[in-house]
Amino acid sequence: MPEECIYIARSSAIAARALAGEMMVMNSADSTFFTLNEVATAIFQAADGQTPLRDIVRNRICEEFDIDPEEAQADAKKFVTELSGHGILLVSNQPLVSETR
Amino acid sequence: MSLMSDVGQKATNLGVPLAVHMDVTYRCNERCVHCYLDHDDHGEMTTFEIKGVLDQLAEAGVFFLTFSGGEVFMRRDFLEIVEYARRLMFNVKIKTNAVMIHEKEARRIRELGVDAIQISVYSHRPEVHDAITKLPHSFERTVKAIRFLHQQGLRVTIANVLMTANSSDHAGVQELADELGVQYTLDPTITPMMDGSTSVLSLRIPGEELSEIFHNPDLVDNQEEFCAPPKPASAEDLEGYSCSAGHSLCYISPYGDVFPCVQFPLPTGNIRQQKFLDIWNYSPQFKEVRSIRVKDLTTCSSCSHAGSCSRCPGLAYMEGNMRGPSTADCEKSFYKTGVPTANMLRQGLTKPRAGAQLVQIQMAAVTA
Repeated sequence: MPEECIYIARSSAIAARALAGEMMVMNSADSTFFTLNEVATAIFQAADGQTPLRDIVRNRICEEFDIDPEEAQADAKKFVTELSGHGILLVSNQPLVSETR
Repeated sequence: MSLMSDVGQKATNLGVPLAVHMDVTYRCNERCVHCYLDHDDHGEMTTFEIKGVLDQLAEAGVFFLTFSGGEVFMRRDFLEIVEYARRLMFNVKIKTNAVMIHEKEARRIRELGVDAIQISVYSHRPEVHDAITKLPHSFERTVKAIRFLHQQGLRVTIANVLMTANSSDHAGVQELADELGVQYTLDPTITPMMDGSTSVLSLRIPGEELSEIFHNPDLVDNQEEFCAPPKPASAEDLEGYSCSAGHSLCYISPYGDVFPCVQFPLPTGNIRQQKFLDIWNYSPQFKEVRSIRVKDLTTCSSCSHAGSCSRCPGLAYMEGNMRGPSTADCEKSFYKTGVPTANMLRQGLTKPRAGAQLVQIQMAAVTA
């Protein structure tokens, strides 16, 4: 079975800023406020809509944080699902146009 | 500690300007009787300059950005500025009288992902509101705009500044907010004008009425706790700061002047002449503000309210000493609890004297 290809992009409805390496994120739609840990921040920052999630995890997360690739892929999917549920990340099986810088 | 206050503390510890209040103009379509601003344009920053400032603020770590004025929509480029700010992923709040917001603007504000809008409403009675703003039909237009914004699903708060002319109208404005499905906040603070004139201070509501407001459970949440006698200040309270102005927030005027807060007119530098972070990190004025702990305050450090007072260092500065008491806050502490402050006792007062003599220090770097 071919490996699932997921693209992720940051929603234009959110506000976000890094504070000491951790991302603060707020969704203006419901004013939910999150802070992301360093690994989650790295995924969030790499969410350009063009790079598949598996490449983000393999090339950036595993290298930067020395995490087991299989475990990292599973955790990343879980994290992406959660943040897309809060309207913070957009998820598609096609490349997305990022509306944020 | 909530996640938000945890983040605020972290920003203070790291010296990060988490929040910035930016007035994009002092021009206004209303002429409110209590307003402290000079509405002439003395050389506002251009669209290009403001975008450059926003780039710098994003780089500096600013997350919460409040646009205010004057009336923000007096700038034709205002929504372009908001759009740029949102692309830089700021959390954007807007303060406005909303008179120039129609369905189209409301929709655009929602599309841009603005977090919240605060709108001034002085009374539920059109004639009282319009007499304060001096703009005929402003009540009707403002309320219409609130409906447009609410229909778009935006978070709207009515800000009700109280003064002698509308002091009995807060219940009516609160009912209006309920009817419109928006939040309500009350503010009894009137500050002197930028030209130093203190004439507007005569519009302040008398202290006795302040007491009624603080003891009104419809206006104050957790009223019992809010009005409880002060607890002795802890060692932690005395080592702390009375306000986040200059620690994790600052104010930028339409001319690029940077201050610790909109209500703290201590000039620290001008963003047209220096980089924002150079002003924030190295200005002697910011350093001085940050060096002051509650234990360093003259009079206030020994006050029974020291641990709970909302002392505004900006108002204290306007009274002549940023380490001194802010009489307006002494009044608030007294009328909340009935317990005299150290500042009052020092003057032999058992009740606050009416109206502190505040002097609004004129902006130093206003460009002609």
